[in-house]
Amino acid sequence: MSAIARKTKMNKLEDAFIYAILGAIAFTALFPLVYVFIVSITPLSEVARNGGYTVFPGKVTFDAYATVFKSPLVPQALKVTVFVTVVGTLANLLFTALLAYPVSKKSLPFRNGILLFLVFTLLFNGGLIPTYLVVHATGLVNTLGALIVPSLISTFYLLIMKTFFENFPEELIEAARVDGMGEFRLLFQIILPLSKPVVATLGLFYGVAHWNEFFAGIIYINDPELMPLQVVLRNILVGSTISGDLQTLNPQLMAELPGETIKMALVVVSVLPVLFVYPFLQKYMTQGMMLGAIKG
Amino acid sequence: MSLFQSMYRHRWLYVMMLPSLAYYLVYKYAPMAGLVIAFKDYNLFDGLWNSPWVGLKHFRDVFSNREFAVLLRNTLLISTYKIVFGMLPDLALAVLINEVRLAWYRKTVQTIVYFPYFLSWVIVYGILLMFLTPDNGLINQLLQQFGLKPISFLTSNDWFRSVLVVSEIWKDIGVGSVIYLAAMAGIDPQLYEAAEMDGAGRWKQIWHITLPGVRNVFVLLLILKLGHILDAGFAQIYVLYNSLVYETADIIDTWVFRRGLEQMQYSYATAVGLFKSVVGFVMVVIANQVAKKFGDNGIW
Repeated sequence: MSAIARKTKMNKLEDAFIYAILGAIAFTALFPLVYVFIVSITPLSEVARNGGYTVFPGKVTFDAYATVFKSPLVPQALKVTVFVTVVGTLANLLFTALLAYPVSKKSLPFRNGILLFLVFTLLFNGGLIPTYLVVHATGLVNTLGALIVPSLISTFYLLIMKTFFENFPEELIEAARVDGMGEFRLLFQIILPLSKPVVATLGLFYGVAHWNEFFAGIIYINDPELMPLQVVLRNILVGSTISGDLQTLNPQLMAELPGETIKMALVVVSVLPVLFVYPFLQKYMTQGMMLGAIKG
Repeated sequence: MSLFQSMYRHRWLYVMMLPSLAYYLVYKYAPMAGLVIAFKDYNLFDGLWNSPWVGLKHFRDVFSNREFAVLLRNTLLISTYKIVFGMLPDLALAVLINEVRLAWYRKTVQTIVYFPYFLSWVIVYGILLMFLTPDNGLINQLLQQFGLKPISFLTSNDWFRSVLVVSEIWKDIGVGSVIYLAAMAGIDPQLYEAAEMDGAGRWKQIWHITLPGVRNVFVLLLILKLGHILDAGFAQIYVLYNSLVYETADIIDTWVFRRGLEQMQYSYATAVGLFKSVVGFVMVVIANQVAKKFGDNGIW
């Protein structure tokens, strides 16, 4: 029962107090990213003048963003990550649906055994090393496949999709069956088009996971050409890679842009797609969490 | 209809499942079989079958190793801190949001507060750098304005665990509050009406109605988190840590990562990983059983 429906005579002062605290919390959630953005547009001259970064620099410059895109590592990493996100998410949705649909049929023989087979993986797994060895044995190490195949299906999301399919109106399926439609066509031409909420929700969650993928990149990829964005970002944050690149590209630019400005520009670039997708994500998230919570 | 007839009728469904089931076999179950290398002296040359068998040697080594005691201590401490300090903010935020009557304000706050959850830890690391580094960090600038000495939070054994706990709260509080809000939405409005007629003010209502209404959810989450106490947040710690804070922040998973993958001590690291997986499994199963029992006796 939310406060909106309650008719209690609320103390205006208390209300203001609560609203203020929530405002402060929201500010705390937002401010770090805003500050990062400010840093990314602060030139060296301002840093020198103020003895450090401030919240309100006098002058700003967007040169750091140009630099980031000119550096040899970043455009390639962006290409890799965009590719893996798009192809990976499509693969995720396809293979998850191909499994969730049959398993949602209560009349399927051995259904419970199969579900047990799937759910068990939520409780126990082989661990880091054995999984690495399997990926190695299947020839995926140092290929983009290592960023897509090992994480092909999330059992948690599979269960959400299964629950959704279980509640799918029988009449539509029956009608199609009467027309002699086979299972594959049924799935792709009738069920999936009408399952937009769950496909959108899972697509967004799988997609964001791919965009943020860091570990698979660290564990399986050695070739710099194949490194995803988050790995490159971390290397730059931790080391002085960007300085090395810049020296060769444009020493004068390097003199005007301190290391942190450039680093934070890359952070902002890495966050932008998630920012774009976020309104849609948020809309579907509460639904997804509720379904998942019931499952849990 | 006989079993075979039923299977025949659903034959295309089985075909449909094949690729995905193959995925599970290869990438989820084969590694479980691979755990056997914890009992061998695995090397890439000899492969799985020909590596020599050493039985429990690695396990004996692990438990007699002082390093392991440190790992276990760190893992348990960090998990416990996260549970003790992390659950209450989620609940508190839910209570506050639940009290807001202006729909637009509530939606706006929620939208903002959910966002950090979707950032990768690498991004969060970038953010933390601008706040916590001793020379440039905003927090340290503030400290210096108050005449205090700058603190290198990210490299200090005194502060690093706090950084872990606080940054995780910052990231997860929004999404963490959602489950409580969902529970609160299910509380019977008549309870509030009755309380109001008895003259109960807002805070009394929260204490006597709202909080008890989410008690089951809280306990359930607590039990589940305890079941995962050996995890402690590998993704976060690996991205944020450095060798200077190994002593307080090195957990089982990060150590397995370094020893196993970077130093290629496959068998030894797998033995530790196996220990963790087995204990974790037992704990999660127990946790689930306890949670179910509690749910049955509760009002929910």
